Amino acid sequence: MRLIGEDELENIAVGSTILGAGGGGDPYVGKLLARQQIREHGPVTMVGLDELADSDQVCFVAGMGAPGVLVEKLPRASEAVRAVQLLQETTGVAITHIAPAEAGGLNAIVPFSAAALGLPVVDADGMGRAFPSLELVTPTLYGGLCTPLAMVDEHGNEMVLRSPSNQWAETIARNVTLASGCVTMTALYQMTGAQAKQWLVPGVLTQAEDLGRLLRESRAAHRDSVEAIVNHRRGALLFTGRVTAVRRANERGWTIGEATITGTGPDQGSSMELRFQNEHLVAVRDGVVVASVPDLIMAMEHETGEPIPAEEIRYGYRVSVVGLPCDHRWRTEAGLAIAGPRAFGYDVDYRPVEEIAARSEVDA
Amino acid sequence: MTNAQQGPLRLGIDVGGTNTDAVLMSGNQVLSTSKIPTSPDVISGIGASVSAATAGHDVSRVDRVIIGTTHFINAVVQARSLAPVAAIRLCTAPASLPPFLDWPSALRAAVDGGVHACSGGYQFDGRLLNPLDEGEIGRVAQELDRTGHRNVAVTGVFSPLAGEQESRVAEILTDMLPGVSITLSHQIGRIGVLERENAALLNESLRPMAGQVVDGLADAIADLGISAGLYLTQNDGTVMSLDRARRYPITTIASGPTNSMRGAAFLSGLADAVVVDVGGTTTDIGLLRNGFPRESAVAKDLGGVRSNFRIPEVTSLGIGGGSVVHRDGDRLVGPDSVGFRLTSEALVFGGTVTTLTDVAVAAGLAVIGDPALAAHLPADLVRDALAEVNERIFDAVEEAKLSDADLPVVIVGGGAQLISPRTPPERLIRPTDGGSANAVGATLGSIGGEVDRIYSLAEQSRADALTDARDEAIKLALRAGARAGSVSIVDEEDIPLSHLPGGSALRIRVKAVGALDTAGSDQERTTSCV
Repeated sequence: MRLIGEDELENIAVGSTILGAGGGGDPYVGKLLARQQIREHGPVTMVGLDELADSDQVCFVAGMGAPGVLVEKLPRASEAVRAVQLLQETTGVAITHIAPAEAGGLNAIVPFSAAALGLPVVDADGMGRAFPSLELVTPTLYGGLCTPLAMVDEHGNEMVLRSPSNQWAETIARNVTLASGCVTMTALYQMTGAQAKQWLVPGVLTQAEDLGRLLRESRAAHRDSVEAIVNHRRGALLFTGRVTAVRRANERGWTIGEATITGTGPDQGSSMELRFQNEHLVAVRDGVVVASVPDLIMAMEHETGEPIPAEEIRYGYRVSVVGLPCDHRWRTEAGLAIAGPRAFGYDVDYRPVEEIAARSEVDA
Repeated sequence: MTNAQQGPLRLGIDVGGTNTDAVLMSGNQVLSTSKIPTSPDVISGIGASVSAATAGHDVSRVDRVIIGTTHFINAVVQARSLAPVAAIRLCTAPASLPPFLDWPSALRAAVDGGVHACSGGYQFDGRLLNPLDEGEIGRVAQELDRTGHRNVAVTGVFSPLAGEQESRVAEILTDMLPGVSITLSHQIGRIGVLERENAALLNESLRPMAGQVVDGLADAIADLGISAGLYLTQNDGTVMSLDRARRYPITTIASGPTNSMRGAAFLSGLADAVVVDVGGTTTDIGLLRNGFPRESAVAKDLGGVRSNFRIPEVTSLGIGGGSVVHRDGDRLVGPDSVGFRLTSEALVFGGTVTTLTDVAVAAGLAVIGDPALAAHLPADLVRDALAEVNERIFDAVEEAKLSDADLPVVIVGGGAQLISPRTPPERLIRPTDGGSANAVGATLGSIGGEVDRIYSLAEQSRADALTDARDEAIKLALRAGARAGSVSIVDEEDIPLSHLPGGSALRIRVKAVGALDTAGSDQERTTSCV
């Protein structure tokens, strides 16, 4: 157990942008929301999965929508609080702990913005990264249920959803979010402490904090920040170049598009396309998919390692594209079935990014 | 003299907090430079500096005057000469993360003229988020009238998609508040409501001063009998008209560092280097890449305020020739500076304040004023102050390098001779005329062509629309005077608009930039100084 104050929050915000794999929503917005709440209510208690009692009641609290909309239609901390309250009112069961659904982007920080509830935050999530759909969480792999799901929006609309499957919950909730204007706050996947210990990815907020600190320290020490992140997560540097085209639209409840990067240095003469649906789905080098979900694909500013979310990438940026390995559960047959490249319409076999790294070393 | 030769001349001016530099250029030749203390009224300093630089030259041959200034960024950094601004946000009230939330407290105290969260805004697809309540806007106007506020920034949710509500608010306020000045966020910013709002607030807070400065510049140049076109440098090194600068001073906010870094590249002939610009009040340190200042990706702080403008990544230290040297404390040097009063307040000019200039003179690094007046400074103070300055600059130089690359260090600016950072001598370059690198950089201002237009996709593809916008931007840059063959696209962005009649449309923004035509002949150079 430890306390998360403003300093820890800073590092988590930077690190969660990396774990966001291009999406997850602007953590700056989340940081400001959480900072206001921490200033008002004091630092937030964070506990490890192993500190949960089997009888504890845990739920995710998360924003739903499109990162490209979130930066205009700012969510409120009170909406995160209200979503959890609405879930409790519905089930009649008191929530004892809240957890991030995803360790990436804004949603890594949303639980801290619900500090007014006075509930401890669990250092674990349902992804070990960010994904664009409600059902793409590790609890789904264990038969965990997304609903009852409580949803609130900035207009005062409140909804409780019960669905026969997590896929249905995603479809209905996505359409409601779209109608509301593409940003809502949700409380979902209520589970016991015993289930959380089995289902969730442990230590992800600490991992985000470590990544944030690593980035700051490697910059101060003039080490190659991109390399530092790649080595720390045992990933691969996929490409280096300059952004020469971006197409981006808020469609069907997501931010969808692609960024084209023209190679420089060792990648001169090649180009890479990053295709995203909130998060990066595939990295395509000269027409060939070289990395894909469920591994994390991220663009970082070439010289500083500053992570650049898909909704912010712009013409002219000089970037390094890195691939980082995902949680082992996503690499199982069941994991790949819902979060692999084919689940997103790319008819290619999944290849772990470490293999890409190993192969390029052989090539060299 | 050979200045009877033909060919147009260009005059570059940099108005800094301490000095006003002027440089006269013919083609790639520096004909003359001058450095005069910036006057309290700004104008007479410009007049004196330009007179000195143009003495003996035919000013009727000057065909372009380009000005850069650190006035606006200094105002933001020091939180002075800024107007209080009323912030109107069109959103679902109460606003989440209200205006000024993440601002440094001193800057907020200077700019925060009240926050009004009003019904309004659009959804991502152009639907109304909330209707505008004109009665509510009217009540805000009455309150502004009562409190005497005349500077307003209006920021609506998703206004880059649909600016109508912001424009309607401007109409209502203009009707009800005579003399009101209004910045509309959709006219200057991009998607990202907090960053766009910050830019609008800073822009509006700078406007009254920008008006005075721009008027002063125009008067000073006219008084000298120069009738050439007058431009200000923008953050990206392209030039803008004075009228545009009056309305959008935020787009010139980084012109000082941009100019000195480009000037340093030009004078040193280096494309990749760390540039150290030592002025009277601050030392700016930045990285040159391919002859241009390295820009920050992602969001960048402007005086501690998050924005999404593209500006050079520059570290600013409170160290300059006018920096006050203290006898004790954590820091011996700065950040306070006597600024343009150096020539009356520094010891070597008969004043009573010990400045970095006095210390450098005592150490024999420079001969300025009357060195005898600084001779009494204790040797350990001189040694410690210079060591501190060199240490801090060295640290920032290392920081700017980003990697351990063995980059050369170019030292420019009026205070260049005062310092010698720990860099191997063969990697330390002090170009001729480096003292006027900022004014030289101003004359290098490039010409931009910008398209910001809505394209219907009913009868053309996105690719065709983008091609059309690129061609148009290049054409505009050429028409504005860019050299053929030098124009390239530097920025491009499109925002889908699904709400317009006809189904789908795009708002496309493209910027093309080309070099100024620098035809000219070799000239004899003259230098004048005070």
